[in-house]
Amino acid sequence: MSARSSDGDILVVDDLRIDVVGDRGKGPCLVDNVSFALKRGEVLGLIGESGAGKSTIGLAALGYTRLGCSITGGQIVFKGKDIRRMSAEERRMLRGSGVAYIAQSAAASFNPAHTIMEQVCEVPVRHGIMSSEKARAEAVQLFRELDLPNPETFGSRYPHQVSGGQLQRAMAAMAMAARPDILVFDEPTTALDVTTQVEVLASFRKLIREHGTAALYITHDLAVVAQIADRIMVLRRGKMIELGNAGQILLSPREEYTRRLVAERVSGHSFLPEQQGEPPLLTVDRVSASYAQLVKVIDNVSLTLSRGDTLAVVGESGSGKSTLARVIIGLLPRESGDIKFRSESLTPRLADRNKDKLRRIQMIYQMPDVALNPRQTLYDVIGRPVRFYFNRTDAQVRARVHELLRQIDLPESFASRHPGELSGGQKQRVSIARALAAEPDLIICDEVTSALDQLVGEEILRLLKRLQDELRVAYLFITHDLGTVRRIANKVAVMRKGQLVAGGDTATVFAPPYHPYTELLLSSVPEMRRDWLDEVLAKRKAAPAGAALRPA
Amino acid sequence: MSDVVRRPALRIAWLRPRLFGHRLSVTAMIGILIVVLNIVAAVLAPWIAPFGESDIVGDAWADPDPQHWLGLDNLGRDLLSRMLFGARTSIGLSLIITCLSFSIGILAGFAAAVAGRWLDILLTRIVDLMLSMPTLIFAFIILSVLGTDIPVLIVTIALLDSTKVFRLSRAVAMNIAVLEYVEAAKVRGEGLWWIIRAEILPNAVPPLVAEFGLRFCFTFLFIAALSFLGLGVQPPNADWGSMVKDYRDMINLGYATPLYPAGAIALLTIGVNFIVDWMLAIHSKGHGESA
Amino acid sequence: MLRLIAQKLALGVMTLFAASVLIFAGTEVLPGDLASAILQNNATPETLAETRKELGLDRPAVVRYVEWLGNVAHGDFGHSLANKRDVVEELAPRVRNTLFLALYAAIIAVPLAVGLGLAAAIRQGSIFDRIVNVVTLMTISVPEYFLAYLLVKFTAIDNGWFPPLANVTDESSLVERLYLTFLPMLTLVLVIVAHMMRMTRASVLAIMASPYIEMAILKGVRKWRIVVKHAFPNALAPIISVIALNLAYLIVGVVVVEAVFVYPGLGQLMVDAVSKHDVPVVQACGLIFAAAFILLNMSADILAIMSNPRLRHPR
Repeated sequence: MSARSSDGDILVVDDLRIDVVGDRGKGPCLVDNVSFALKRGEVLGLIGESGAGKSTIGLAALGYTRLGCSITGGQIVFKGKDIRRMSAEERRMLRGSGVAYIAQSAAASFNPAHTIMEQVCEVPVRHGIMSSEKARAEAVQLFRELDLPNPETFGSRYPHQVSGGQLQRAMAAMAMAARPDILVFDEPTTALDVTTQVEVLASFRKLIREHGTAALYITHDLAVVAQIADRIMVLRRGKMIELGNAGQILLSPREEYTRRLVAERVSGHSFLPEQQGEPPLLTVDRVSASYAQLVKVIDNVSLTLSRGDTLAVVGESGSGKSTLARVIIGLLPRESGDIKFRSESLTPRLADRNKDKLRRIQMIYQMPDVALNPRQTLYDVIGRPVRFYFNRTDAQVRARVHELLRQIDLPESFASRHPGELSGGQKQRVSIARALAAEPDLIICDEVTSALDQLVGEEILRLLKRLQDELRVAYLFITHDLGTVRRIANKVAVMRKGQLVAGGDTATVFAPPYHPYTELLLSSVPEMRRDWLDEVLAKRKAAPAGAALRPA
Repeated sequence: MSDVVRRPALRIAWLRPRLFGHRLSVTAMIGILIVVLNIVAAVLAPWIAPFGESDIVGDAWADPDPQHWLGLDNLGRDLLSRMLFGARTSIGLSLIITCLSFSIGILAGFAAAVAGRWLDILLTRIVDLMLSMPTLIFAFIILSVLGTDIPVLIVTIALLDSTKVFRLSRAVAMNIAVLEYVEAAKVRGEGLWWIIRAEILPNAVPPLVAEFGLRFCFTFLFIAALSFLGLGVQPPNADWGSMVKDYRDMINLGYATPLYPAGAIALLTIGVNFIVDWMLAIHSKGHGESA
Repeated sequence: MLRLIAQKLALGVMTLFAASVLIFAGTEVLPGDLASAILQNNATPETLAETRKELGLDRPAVVRYVEWLGNVAHGDFGHSLANKRDVVEELAPRVRNTLFLALYAAIIAVPLAVGLGLAAAIRQGSIFDRIVNVVTLMTISVPEYFLAYLLVKFTAIDNGWFPPLANVTDESSLVERLYLTFLPMLTLVLVIVAHMMRMTRASVLAIMASPYIEMAILKGVRKWRIVVKHAFPNALAPIISVIALNLAYLIVGVVVVEAVFVYPGLGQLMVDAVSKHDVPVVQACGLIFAAAFILLNMSADILAIMSNPRLRHPR
């Protein structure tokens, strides 16, 4: 597949190959046979799961590879010149003024020792494009365009003095400062809360459109790229799967893999039926808790759930949703209120609960990498709760471990493996098996899919759902992803700043009339429709009701 | 700087055997050779030394001859035999002290990390206080009163040194204790002993092994320094540090005699440090091959 | 930020106070007490009791401690048991000599080590870096007296470039002093340069691996500017603490080096006093060493706070 270059093309990548090059020759191939052309003012979205090579391609557009990697084949032609053939000095001048980069984490990418203004003006001044005064004036103008507060004085602040969403926009100003021809956005909104993401995304789009800058927009989220890209390239394991106009990719994808990615996003808007006539399994009654008796993190929260229920606790970072899980588990003792489990009160502290109570509530964690002891085999990991709670013989434990492995769709032979030999999705399955080994009534799932790739996360959700049907276990499902909530939870609790904002059946809470914050959250979840962002912005302009709830 | 810093691969890779699933570096191999030779000398000293530890076999400062390869010392004892017996005292003493300081330090460090706030605060304060003074000065103060018997030396140095082991093992245990698999064990209702033994200790071994090497070097140099200053191992026991002290005047007469024991001290510490350096390097590279 | 600095200052004073308790307790409360130390083998129960009374040892330890601390605060460290001289008089020239040697070594070692450490970090993985790694690893493994005797043998005895002993007197001029103490200085420099540059290299490398350095590269910033403008301000705090740590180490290194070169410094005095059980001198020396050590560690903490942009420019 060769990219045909034409006059309008500012960047032509042809048959690009990037390899890991270690001490002992070549390692695995990161990017293979990737070709595309970028026109002036065009936005190309690069989409794929982790390991797809999208960031590697984005960095290659600046003639840069990370330590241990090397461009081993193909051409990267910027304005008619092959970047690979440039001198080091030419390449240095290209970076920042020809092609500029916007990273995922602005907090880490800004130098903590200098003001934002110094860092924004560095490229235009040091590359001899503008005088210092002109660069400052332009920077203030950029701050204004990006809707940053007090654009006149914003630049005099240090990176740690502004919020995450603001810093992400300041990084766009830094990239735009020398008026580059191409901007490379590398997952620039992934680390932000949904409500912040909308604002930042809108600022980025405005910036690109007003300046007519071409861009590579790298993300794993199709719905985000749908709002901003003219064309989309789908990547998987370093290879190009499909390249086409945004509309075509989103509406009529040609390749099976793309279809699965798109389907994951649109599917499953069905609500689960309510569990009828069950006595409550867990009742959280006006519970409050705080860290070090100082900062109140859970404030007067009440919930109930029954056997077979899935209750989703949703909220943005800092809403107290994970803390609520720790309070129920007893890791953080509550200060007031009561928690009843099977109509018996649970003691505030974990240490005071008996084995049977501990057994009935289990937990699955967000990061599968640190949730399993790397020095234990899966047999030890899954077998320990069986032995600990049920006093089984070795033969019984072995049989039970094999049974659990089958339940999570892993072969029995995995019992002798260590977690380091498993993929992220497999590790998360093992965490589930460890929880099931205790034969619990309730499993608390703390952001269990957020560290996983979309399709892998989807499989985990399907597994959890199947296990619930088989075992009638209840889930308390903590998540920031409202898409997940709609698919798997029959009950929902919306939290904000430690308080319960709305709660009840998903069908009721997620339908009008909404609580204003629920509405804000729901409307912030990106949708695949290409006009979604415009609609949201228009709606918010018309009815600034939720404005007070929105982040600065 | 697009810009891979490439390290030229050592072409003699096939010559280097593997240990713990990692290929040994050249320096690590040299280190192992040095350490093994020293241990052999220390263990076999009574059998391979040509003369006894304090046998006077000739005139003071006699020159080397076929029977006495390194010559005789200030009292007419065979220098080579003294060196071999010195290895026994110096290495043996340091090993005993390091083991003792490790047992105290790890036990206290893990307990502080896992058992709870009050014990942690108490132990940390005590250790901070002990580390507020240079170790050598602290040792001087204690030795000035208690004198320099071997048991006093052992306990004093082990206690002082255990503060550093405490700090490391506490930090290592704390880093592991916040991981979710440890929390999972707590939530399951596991006891303190299980959590330390099954969840934390196996994961704390690699950094602690490297630390053992470093602490051994420290103790070894420390004892030798005390002996050199006349405050450590006392005559008639042979010990490399006090041998440097006993032979120091020879340097002014143009002989290299004090350099033999001093060089032996230097060589062993270099050897241990070479091995530790390699272990730290493979540890920081991650568990790739060992998993 | 001021509050943090004040906290560190207060902590320093408290630590010094605690160290004085420790020193006093170490020398006066441990089983082998002062009286038996003085009398050595001539101790009979009667003479012991008498000497104890003479020294005021029959009073409670707390009372004696307060008295001792009060005297120390007035600059009175008591009299040496060995030669009955006033401890302060005995100490003063020694402290000057030791400070001179330590400063001499520090002034040469600090710039050299920081420069070499930066160079090794910038050229990470180069032959230069690898050779430096092995050489410094060997140097830090080697005891000071081995380096010292090597230097004495080859530069002083075999070639006569420098004197093998550093016997300075009060009358020595500055130039003479610099010449006489050249070898002790060089020994100390070799040892702490190795330590310091390894630590400098490690802390600069940690900074060079951070995302904002990659960002600077992607902005097309020149290499020297990346190092000077982007890495150095952030590496400052770790480098400062590296320097302070090694100067504190110098304090201990001085003791052994003084012994090798028979240099009339504080370390020599303390070693003598320890072997003679001369408690007042041991206490005084210990207190001075501890104070210097605590002061250095405290300054490192404070400088690190002052160079942290998050603390300098609070939200």
